[in-house]
Amino acid sequence: MRAVITVIGKDTVGILHKVSGICAAHNANIIEVTQSVMQDMFAMIMMADISNITSDFAALSDEMAEFGKSECLDIHCMHEDIFNSMHEI
Amino acid sequence: MLNTFNILETIRMIQDQCLDIRTITMGISLLDCIDPDIDKACAKVYDKITTKAQNLVKTGEQIEKEYGIPIVNKRISVTPIALLAAACPKENPVKFAKILQKAADTCGVNFLGGYSALVHKGFSAGDLELIRSIPEALAETSNVCSSVNIGSTRSGINMDAAALMGKIVRQTAELTADNQCIGAAKLVVFCNAVEDNPFMAGAFHGIGEPDCEIHVGVSGPGVVRAAIAKYPDASIDEIADVIKKTAFKITRMGQLVGSRASQMLNVPFGIVDLSLAPTPAIGDSVAHILEGMGLECCGTHGTTAALALLNDAVKKGGVMASSNVGGLSGAFIPVSEDAGMIDAAVNGTLCIEKLEAMTAVCSVGLDMIVVPGDIPADTISAIIADEAAIGMVNNKTTAVRLIPAIGKKEGDMLEFGGLLGSGPVMPVNQKSASKFISRGGRIPAPMHSIKN
Repeated sequence: MRAVITVIGKDTVGILHKVSGICAAHNANIIEVTQSVMQDMFAMIMMADISNITSDFAALSDEMAEFGKSECLDIHCMHEDIFNSMHEI
Repeated sequence: MLNTFNILETIRMIQDQCLDIRTITMGISLLDCIDPDIDKACAKVYDKITTKAQNLVKTGEQIEKEYGIPIVNKRISVTPIALLAAACPKENPVKFAKILQKAADTCGVNFLGGYSALVHKGFSAGDLELIRSIPEALAETSNVCSSVNIGSTRSGINMDAAALMGKIVRQTAELTADNQCIGAAKLVVFCNAVEDNPFMAGAFHGIGEPDCEIHVGVSGPGVVRAAIAKYPDASIDEIADVIKKTAFKITRMGQLVGSRASQMLNVPFGIVDLSLAPTPAIGDSVAHILEGMGLECCGTHGTTAALALLNDAVKKGGVMASSNVGGLSGAFIPVSEDAGMIDAAVNGTLCIEKLEAMTAVCSVGLDMIVVPGDIPADTISAIIADEAAIGMVNNKTTAVRLIPAIGKKEGDMLEFGGLLGSGPVMPVNQKSASKFISRGGRIPAPMHSIKN
């Protein structure tokens, strides 16, 4: 089971650090990260293994959403199934 | 494999184009709650609904968080209550409506449908009592929805029922006149009603359905509109392809949410209703899709053709995406719930006659249309009969949900708020159909009903 975490917003110090910190706190293992900064906009897509998370997935996505709100970042933490089902036959 | 483009496309659909799951609806059979003692029947109904659906809202919210997709409504549909009312002939069926409201409150659902009767060939025990109690039931409750099926392709149109429903629709509006006539917005008159419809106000749990099941209704007019906007000069068949591909993606999401809900609630998965259901929100309008195809305003000449194309492409795209397609499946055209339709009705381009033509090629009928408060009951019955005839002859579901705006006239507005939106009072033909309606009887089923 994997989750896709997307982060878009104004670039500031330590976004990657803080997002991966939340993942670590829930024991979600980060598998892949693509990231780019265009002018001052930060865009990142992260794939994390959530098979062994210590909380339920809703708690992880709640915490991500809260962090996003506090930092004015647009963060989505979604189960990979939604992308697979929508884009693959 | 996942790629960045696909991930961002999905997120854009949800965030910018109002993509959502319109409803997960739990269908619950109440056949085992029938009892000649109405108080015992009510107690059984309450217990069954609150047991089966106790985790429905919680599960919906959990799925929302898991997949990051909003699930706007959590609803319940039940066996037509006329079947329960039949066992207690001396009692007022409104008792059932009140217990349904209590069950809806306990479960925390947005709507509960099934205060219904199926009378397409005639009235049986309980039907007339239930129908006559609809105005009071809808005035006394806030989340209970009612529907009556008055015709079908196989049996023809019960004109006695059409005549009666004209009066009932009017009375329902009158009893809630101090609250925007909201009662009438919770009452649908059907021809060819489907038994597994997850959408309100017409949802009920048919007697051929299992004891309990989960249906999903998807939405997504905004996504289709955005997809079409990317092809400003494409030919019509290219547009049809774009809609098909978009409908496929939307429906796949519905299928995923439905299977997940069914698994979490341990209830069989019923159907995905692959309907384009608009909301009054900006960017979530079916009318704007039609305008995106090149019409200056929804309701002008060409609207019926554009809607036929849209309805067909939505079905073709969606049907491959789900193992069980059902319900109404197609494009909805509720006037008050669609920002583009409201504008078109206000500026006079969209009239009831055009809407009637549109219902011949889309998945529903005359939906959420506000009519003048002085409309005679016979005229409402005649509109119902016209619409039922379209459904009967074309082998499709049609419905009428008219809201007589008591005390208001053409040009005024009714404001329902929320998903129900707001609607301008639309003019109706002033000539009478009283004599035709007062004849009573049944319109015989069409020739093509004899298929066996």
